[in-house]
Amino acid sequence: MQIDKKAYQKYADARAKKSPCAKNCVCAFLYGGLICTIAQGLKDLYLTFLKEKEAGALVSVTLIFIAALLTGIGIFDRIAKHAGAGTLVPITGFSNAVTSSALDAKGEGFILGVGAKIFTIAGPVILYGVTAGAVYGVVYYIIQLVL
Amino acid sequence: MGSIIRIPKPVYILSAATVAGQHEKNGPLGEYFDIIGDKDDTFGCDTWEKTESEMQRLALSRALNYAALRDTDLEAILAGDLLNQCAGSCYGLVSFDAPFLGLFGACSTAAEALLLSALLCSAHINRCAAVSSSHNASAERQFRYPLEYGGQRAPTAQWTVTGAGAFILTSIQDDLIKSSYSKGAVPTISEVLIGKSLDAGIKDANNMGAAMAPAAADTLLRYFKESSLLPSDFDMILTGDLGFEGSNILCDLTAAKGLDISSVHCDGGLIIYDRTGQDKHAGGSGCGCSAVVLAAQVLRAIRTGQITNMLFVGTGALMNPTVIQQGGTIPGIAHLVRITSDPTS
Repeated sequence: MQIDKKAYQKYADARAKKSPCAKNCVCAFLYGGLICTIAQGLKDLYLTFLKEKEAGALVSVTLIFIAALLTGIGIFDRIAKHAGAGTLVPITGFSNAVTSSALDAKGEGFILGVGAKIFTIAGPVILYGVTAGAVYGVVYYIIQLVL
Repeated sequence: MGSIIRIPKPVYILSAATVAGQHEKNGPLGEYFDIIGDKDDTFGCDTWEKTESEMQRLALSRALNYAALRDTDLEAILAGDLLNQCAGSCYGLVSFDAPFLGLFGACSTAAEALLLSALLCSAHINRCAAVSSSHNASAERQFRYPLEYGGQRAPTAQWTVTGAGAFILTSIQDDLIKSSYSKGAVPTISEVLIGKSLDAGIKDANNMGAAMAPAAADTLLRYFKESSLLPSDFDMILTGDLGFEGSNILCDLTAAKGLDISSVHCDGGLIIYDRTGQDKHAGGSGCGCSAVVLAAQVLRAIRTGQITNMLFVGTGALMNPTVIQQGGTIPGIAHLVRITSDPTS
């Protein structure tokens, strides 16, 4: 059967049901907002006995721990299915990406399994995040010299 | 030269057995499966790859049991799955004392195995087993994301079926008397048609139905053109796992060429899950999907006489994750097996 690839791709794309964008945006806003509100509550709590910088760091650690725990007991992906970017964008998404990769690789051992594959998904974020940070640092340094 | 290969002497599907997971058990066909996994679908294994192997072993053991045969009675086992190096088949069936051939046809493997088994049994050997499987967890690991990764699935995405199916084929009529399938009509393979791999340019790994539908249309168009039969001559045309998208596209593509199959078309991916209640998006997929639907439901209908003449079209998306990342496309394939109920029985 002869098939016009371009025309077929167009046809397939046009008829494919699209993800519900508006609903996903609203869910992401609500879930993401809820996570940030919880984080702010934690920060206010930590500020009662810690300094600003330390309290902020401890909030991140707490969120990472909770997300990793929820991933481990198989609940995170059920929430993320509805939350989408709401759980992906905060530090919870990063924690889930690392934990789920580690869990998946544990059958292959701690070196070639968990060790090698733990950053399969989070790796690009780390690489380009660190690179962007370094570039920003150099730009910031130059601007300070000039001004 | 024609495309349809007529099987020169009757090759009977002596028995069939299915192994399925919890999601499949909770679907509309749940009651028909022979063996259901534990609540985590691990089948007592500590890795998903071992689980899939175990499912193949269980399926073939049960099918042999139904056929009242032993592994040494088999002259060949043809088996495949979706894992690298066909790990599910190679490891799962190693304990059977029978010659082994590993196959890869993506989700069309069940049809590929049946097709080749029928050809072998019709001329060269007497008894053969065709086995295929997929497991949702091992497929997710291999093709997509870690299992616990929190992502959202596209509406066109399909859910890999946790299932394994094994079929025992024979050309010895006396085998029918001993098997537990002796009552009722005997499913018999009368014709096969080898599919052509067809690249329709689809790059979206979340829309496998669209990648496979043109190949299924090509196979069916070739079959009906050459056989001069009509879709209405059949009780059912069962495609493997086109899902919602692919099924609609197939009916569109064939209708555009003047072949209306919609009244007899049925898709394994569409009937294995309750699409509204089970949140499976465009339906089921995987080597196990067509195998368990055919073995558990359709062959049963043939034995009880509800279906006497049907076409089984196993559809596969020949996708390689590395090639997709490199910007490549997904060719599709579809093999056809005509199953009739044996008039002599």
